[in-house]
Amino acid sequence: MLDDPAVALTIFTLSIFVGFEVISKVPPLLHTPLMSGSNAISGITIVGAILAAGHEDRTISTVLGFIAIVFATINVVGGFLVTHRMLEMFQTKKRP
Amino acid sequence: MNSQLIHFAYLASAVLLILGMRGLASAKTAPRGNLIASVGMLIAIVATLLIRQVVDFTVVFAGIVVGSGIGVVLARRIEMTAMPQMVALLNGFGGGASALVATAEYLTYVRTETTPEGVVPYAIVAGLLIGNVTFTGSIVAFAKLQELMRSAAVTYPGQNFVNGLIALSVLVLGGMVVAGVSGLTPYWVLAAVSLVLGVLLVIPIGGADMPVVISLLNSYSGLAACATGFVLGNSGLVISGSLVGASGLILTKIMCDAMNRSISNVLFGAFGAASEQAGGGEGGGEQRTAKGYTPEDAAVIFANARSVIVVPGYGMAVAQAQHAVRELGDLLRADGISVKYAIHPVAGRMPGHMNVLLAEADVPYESLIEMDEINPEFPETDVALIIGANDVVNPQARTEKGSPIYGMPILDADRAQNVFVIKRSMNPGFAGIQNPLFFNDNTMMIFGDAKKVVLSIIEAVKAFH
Repeated sequence: MLDDPAVALTIFTLSIFVGFEVISKVPPLLHTPLMSGSNAISGITIVGAILAAGHEDRTISTVLGFIAIVFATINVVGGFLVTHRMLEMFQTKKRP
Repeated sequence: MNSQLIHFAYLASAVLLILGMRGLASAKTAPRGNLIASVGMLIAIVATLLIRQVVDFTVVFAGIVVGSGIGVVLARRIEMTAMPQMVALLNGFGGGASALVATAEYLTYVRTETTPEGVVPYAIVAGLLIGNVTFTGSIVAFAKLQELMRSAAVTYPGQNFVNGLIALSVLVLGGMVVAGVSGLTPYWVLAAVSLVLGVLLVIPIGGADMPVVISLLNSYSGLAACATGFVLGNSGLVISGSLVGASGLILTKIMCDAMNRSISNVLFGAFGAASEQAGGGEGGGEQRTAKGYTPEDAAVIFANARSVIVVPGYGMAVAQAQHAVRELGDLLRADGISVKYAIHPVAGRMPGHMNVLLAEADVPYESLIEMDEINPEFPETDVALIIGANDVVNPQARTEKGSPIYGMPILDADRAQNVFVIKRSMNPGFAGIQNPLFFNDNTMMIFGDAKKVVLSIIEAVKAFH
């Protein structure tokens, strides 16, 4: 999909800058949810895991891909859910 | 589905992930941001399932089901005080997954007798190396935080020499893999060496430096995902991975600045280990004694106070005292006393740790104040109530040039009219140094478990009415 390494490198560099811009606006109050949320996003490696496990011939790569899918899914599902749980606590509630 | 459409799907996913992260700029918009980001992730996953080379769905869905099950249970069950461990564990899974993907791709190249071209071989090596270091490094960080192993820095003679040797062998092995010499052997040796490297890099780092380590491992897990993006030529992975990489790096820098230490000092300085050993026979130098007080004394002071600043630290998390702390705050507020919470950036074991605990206990986040903002208020404050914090309120950081924490920005709790310190014992904090604050004339120590002491203060305040 990205056969030209120069294009991939360009995307990489620009994304780093976008990342710096976006993240530096997050207040210290939310640093823990930021970590768990960005954690979930690093589970994007599930994309690679699916590609590795979904090949038509079953080989050792399928097994590695399967374990990778499990790991990455824990990362994605666990990360987003626990972030949600934390962010709910930061909502102003009516207290008795 | 045609590959152009899939490309657009990845683009949409990346945009949603960025917008989602941007939502974290405020507590109000954050839950929606998290939701947007998860939709972005879902789009990326669905798009991948539609790629032509993915034909074996049983394995894929089995993996997703198992992983989701574990993820849901973890996210639901975890205690808020254990959040640092949770994040460490999640970092590890992300890194491990990336290393496995890099390996699966490498083996496919070997099996089909094709040679990876351009940046791909380098990316395979980077994915394996960073992924494996993140995996075992996070497991060690988890074990330290969960107290499955001693959380203090583990050091041995020649530590940096051994690490240097390993770094050198990583370079050589990586070069061999890229050059494609000696078959599969260099790859497997590199895999093993990088797993060992992850352990060795984290064991010399002590408990209170964990905020830095977790931020850095967070960054690594993103960079590992990014590397697999280069391996697969997948733009979705490259974009999202580098976002996380950048995020972790920023947090790492913020944490280091908050301790006035360089990243290399945190990673290789084995902070706290040396001074702890030396600290054994210490205490003879200063003959002053700290004065012990009772919760009833605190109640008397609170009865005459108009303003209180609470300074929470890791001790509050260990004692699970956050709910009691909130209750005390409510009680004092009901008496017309202003109650604020001073949050040091590295209080606790991960960035933002104290904020999450107090938010869990329903403390409104408007009263959680950052260090720079609250410091000028201490001199006009009647009572600073320090709960399980030590190094972050140590005035030595301002004055003692020889002190290991000299120059570290601290909370000026010592400048308050009265200072209460709730602490288990007189043991020094993580830095292994004594805290002169405890001996000040306006400082009153209350020894005991943070939760029990706060609960007895609550009783005493009620009885005083």
